[in-house]
Amino acid sequence: MFDQPASDWLRDSVRDEKSRGVFRVHRRVFTEPGVLALERERIFDRCWLYLGHVSEVAEPGSFVARKVGGRPLIFNRDRSGAMHAFFNSCPHRGAMVCRERQGRSNGFVCPYHGWSFASDGRLTGQPLPESYAPDLRGDPSLNLHEVPKLAEFRGFVFVNFDGAADSLENYLAGACEYLEIVSQHGEAGMEILPGSQSYGARANWKLLQENSADGYHANTTHATYFAYVKARDGAVLNNYVRGGFGRVRDLGNGHAVSESVGATPWGRPVARWIPPWGEAGKAECDAIQRRMAARLGEERAEIICKGDRNLLIFPNLVVNDIMAVTVRTFSPVAPDRFEVEAWALAPKDESAFMRDMRLRSFLEFLGPAGFATPDDVEMLELCQQGYAACSAVEWNDLSRGVLDEDGPAPAKQDELQMRAFWRRWHSLMTGAAR
Amino acid sequence: MSAVSRAAVEDFLFHEADLLDSWRLEEWAALFTEDARYLVPATDRPDDSPASSLYLIYDDHGRLVERARRLLKRAAHAEFPHSRTRHTVTNVRLLENGGDTARVSCNFVVYRSKREVMDIYPGRSEYELLVSDAAGFRIRLKKSVLDLEALRPHGKLSIIL
Ligand code: FES
Ligand SMILES: [Fe+2]
Repeated sequence: MFDQPASDWLRDSVRDEKSRGVFRVHRRVFTEPGVLALERERIFDRCWLYLGHVSEVAEPGSFVARKVGGRPLIFNRDRSGAMHAFFNSCPHRGAMVCRERQGRSNGFVCPYHGWSFASDGRLTGQPLPESYAPDLRGDPSLNLHEVPKLAEFRGFVFVNFDGAADSLENYLAGACEYLEIVSQHGEAGMEILPGSQSYGARANWKLLQENSADGYHANTTHATYFAYVKARDGAVLNNYVRGGFGRVRDLGNGHAVSESVGATPWGRPVARWIPPWGEAGKAECDAIQRRMAARLGEERAEIICKGDRNLLIFPNLVVNDIMAVTVRTFSPVAPDRFEVEAWALAPKDESAFMRDMRLRSFLEFLGPAGFATPDDVEMLELCQQGYAACSAVEWNDLSRGVLDEDGPAPAKQDELQMRAFWRRWHSLMTGAAR
Repeated sequence: MSAVSRAAVEDFLFHEADLLDSWRLEEWAALFTEDARYLVPATDRPDDSPASSLYLIYDDHGRLVERARRLLKRAAHAEFPHSRTRHTVTNVRLLENGGDTARVSCNFVVYRSKREVMDIYPGRSEYELLVSDAAGFRIRLKKSVLDLEALRPHGKLSIIL
């Protein structure tokens, strides 16, 4: 890890000089293997990390296998209906016991020597058990190992590799309010749709968190997307004045949201109509909002149906509630490479028509073949390549709006959302917080 | 309409590949019918419907025309400067033949080089081709299924398959 002078360097890697209106981050945080090793220890092993959505393990026996924070996990619901997260590594000699991405099963059989486990993780069988000492039969350390902490908030399921971690709700802090908003789109609840967008970038993972609620890049990075929408619907993004399409809030613990109501040009399946959806779509959007107003009140329904939110949950979860809802989580594999898994979240009771419009809407902007996301990936990779010059050009500048960040309306084109991330990152990395 | 030959279908698919590799994308879009769709499923759900599952690409005619136009712009950053691509098309088979529609499948490998990194996109495409004596072939459906478990290390599918 770091020797003493390097630790001094890490302490100085974020320069937060509010009174001067300056906020800078040293570019070595994106390139150093030692930084990533320390991030694994102080961030990924201590923070609550998104695992999945309850709808992905709706039935007893259903399971999903995926990596979280670089570790292979099994997320499942056992026969009696309880949710679990197990390390997908056999307690015998380590093989991954679950090889399918998802499915339904009353248990798991390790392919290597054939140990079998019930859906609640209990070891239920070992071929030729008589060679083991009697004490070893039924030894709980030979069950599938559960992740130390598993918790759910409004359908979003998180794990924590630190058994001493604070509660999920305390951790989520102000982000609870926004996860709640997303959970309320559907009267009958929400579900993750089939189909994952599994992609990544040849860049540092932190660059995606910086990018995911960055209003400042919209007009330049995504000029072609906005030109497409303007040509189609005549609608434009008001990005020509500060705050023209929304505000940012620091939600505590490194989380942040950018939000607006009615200031963006795209359509929202819940429920802001655009011309391609036709008259039937218009009637349906009106009906969705009317029913929601009866359920949650006029004001709330207006915010949900007409508003947009990009929610950043520290360290690696993004819930973008924009032209569709995407849940996106990402993990580093090297200082200059990360992996992303992204899904579409939708109301369970959505009509077939609106579901179709949602999926089209999602793909007009989002995902590795959308009209916008590939250009984001490109920007992150250009940054990473630029950091090869970081011994000469040392600092990233994230000073936009520092002087106003405690005022009533930090703008979406400011950089408060990134500073919230970096302040938390810095306090965890230097041990000032845990 | 008499049955079409595999050689004629291959010539057409090789022509499509050539348009893509030479970045004549508006001509590529003009190969499609007004009711056409261009589809690329998610890597984990190749058999699902795009109306109920998340895809990577679910273009109707309007959007595939815009996809082509967008990629030609300087501000389509992932493809500026244009990557170098090479589409190879093999194993062409006529699945249905004889009416005014031919159903065709083929294997493909697309190589893409950008900033000195090469990404390879292998897979299988299914076409529904509208056949006419006067106009030759037009594409009503192109569905390209990637033989990748994830778009990694690629990170993006910013070209047309
Ligand atoms: S490693 Fe699983 S049974 Fe041996
Ligand atoms: Fe972006």
